[in-house]
Amino acid sequence: MILQQIVNGLSIGSVYAMIAVGYSLVYSVLNFSNFAHGEILMIGSFMGFFLLSVLKVPFPIALALSMVGAGIVAMAIERFGYRPLRLRKAPTLYFMIAAMGFSVFLQNLAIIVFTPNFRTYPQLFPLTPITLGQVAIGRLDLVIFFISLISLSVLSLFIYRTKMGTAIRATAYNYRVASLMGINPDIVIGIVFFLAGGTAGLGGMLFGMKYTTYPWMGALTIKAFIAAVVGGLGSLPGAVLGSFILGMVETFASGYVSSSFRDLFSYAIMIIIIIFLPSGLLGKNTSEKA
Amino acid sequence: MTIYIQGIVYLFSINLISVMGLSLLTGFTGSFCFGQAGFMAVGAYTSGMLTKLVGWPLWLGIICGALAGALISIPIGLPTLKLKGDYFAIATLGFAEAVRLILENLQQYTGGARGIPGIETMDSPLPVLILALLIYILIRFYVSSTHGRSCIAIREDEMAANCIGINSPRMKTISFFVNGLLAGLAGALLAHYVGFIQPSMFGMAKSTELIIMVIFGGMHSVTGALFSTIILTSLPELLRAASIWRLVAYGLLVVIIMVVRPEGLLGSWELSPNNLKAIWNNLFNRKQSAREGN
Repeated sequence: MILQQIVNGLSIGSVYAMIAVGYSLVYSVLNFSNFAHGEILMIGSFMGFFLLSVLKVPFPIALALSMVGAGIVAMAIERFGYRPLRLRKAPTLYFMIAAMGFSVFLQNLAIIVFTPNFRTYPQLFPLTPITLGQVAIGRLDLVIFFISLISLSVLSLFIYRTKMGTAIRATAYNYRVASLMGINPDIVIGIVFFLAGGTAGLGGMLFGMKYTTYPWMGALTIKAFIAAVVGGLGSLPGAVLGSFILGMVETFASGYVSSSFRDLFSYAIMIIIIIFLPSGLLGKNTSEKA
Repeated sequence: MTIYIQGIVYLFSINLISVMGLSLLTGFTGSFCFGQAGFMAVGAYTSGMLTKLVGWPLWLGIICGALAGALISIPIGLPTLKLKGDYFAIATLGFAEAVRLILENLQQYTGGARGIPGIETMDSPLPVLILALLIYILIRFYVSSTHGRSCIAIREDEMAANCIGINSPRMKTISFFVNGLLAGLAGALLAHYVGFIQPSMFGMAKSTELIIMVIFGGMHSVTGALFSTIILTSLPELLRAASIWRLVAYGLLVVIIMVVRPEGLLGSWELSPNNLKAIWNNLFNRKQSAREGN
């Protein structure tokens, strides 16, 4: 029973990790919570749904296309919403409000365009689980886990091993000094949003495959935020760690206590972390820079 | 028809009370509160349950609702207001969602998702309207007091405000407390206007709508919030047909306001005798106003 819960926790945790990484990435560079992140996830999820069920595209191509599509939407949001604010050096509050505006706009547009129905992805993998002793592992869970493992590895290679990744880290460390060093912040931030949108789209598609797709699924961002806070806002390894912790706590809470109180447990962890360890498990202890 | 107009007056007054708190907290103190509906739910359920299940008189229930909203804001605000704004925004969002979840699951007390029907209703919207306008005037005075100016300083640059000796966590907690009080009051009044309460009345959509009223009117103006509350409460009534597009338009409008005119409709203009005189002069005797300006 406990092993089974751990497997379930890893599976949902890996989906949260995909969402939280993009969230943390944007946070590390622009220092604000992108509340529209969840709506990008929803768009990616719907793209995947229509590619798979209406256009009958093969699974890997649908995965790639919805990733790129969500990335482009995220870049467009940055271009038209956040860039003017950034160039004006607007306070963080304005970024958050603009993000909320995008979130409200996209979510309600999706409710009108896609109708407020829950949609189920077509069956891609056989439902019969792989049994290892006492534990039953769903084939879909396994696929989700490996897809997120691979994409997180590729993402971390990109950020820690390439020239562009170094530029992203430099911009996250100090925006102004990085731009003095010949890094074009507009390009770097565009790429950050593309990466964040891509991982969100992928996460949305994986979530849609495991559960369902619906216009207000963007509310999942709050889970990503909790995961990012637990791990330390702005830290990518922290976001992954926090996601797995959150996934575990949620499956154990719904397994042993009650599934209707599952979200209360997530909020409780966040409050405890905020009170006792505000910089999270792996976050740097930073104070606000003037 | 009179009942219809009465309904709009009720809704306007209730929205205005809640928006005034939010204007102080988000507009003037700069703490982005995402969970206004949660505080309203606390006020509504406190008053609704006290009057219906315990049998307290209506006015006492409303006062207790307001106090409940204020008291709950302290444990939420104290740990989160000291941290960066993002934590606060998500903590308030989490609080509102947690309140909704608890109300939906404590079936034996709150009636679960079906809510509490048959709550005593108020006779006339006039006292509510007067109360709302009184609160508008009080917030107007508060904002131009020492406390209010400290709040504005915190919004503009918290570190600089700390340097000149403003106790920013304390000021933010006071704003949050006042916001909780007003939200609880608005929630209690809503319960006694509608006559029944359900958790779904206090969802994310409600919080978003209230914060949009503050942003739309101008985050630096209490009068702006008043005008936008009038417009955004009566507009949906006039445009019933386009109601599904309303929130889409609101979202887009918020982005456009942030990009093009972040100070909102009125900027920092306030309704005051001097400002009205200035408008009068501008309109009718331009020469005189030009001379005065010089």
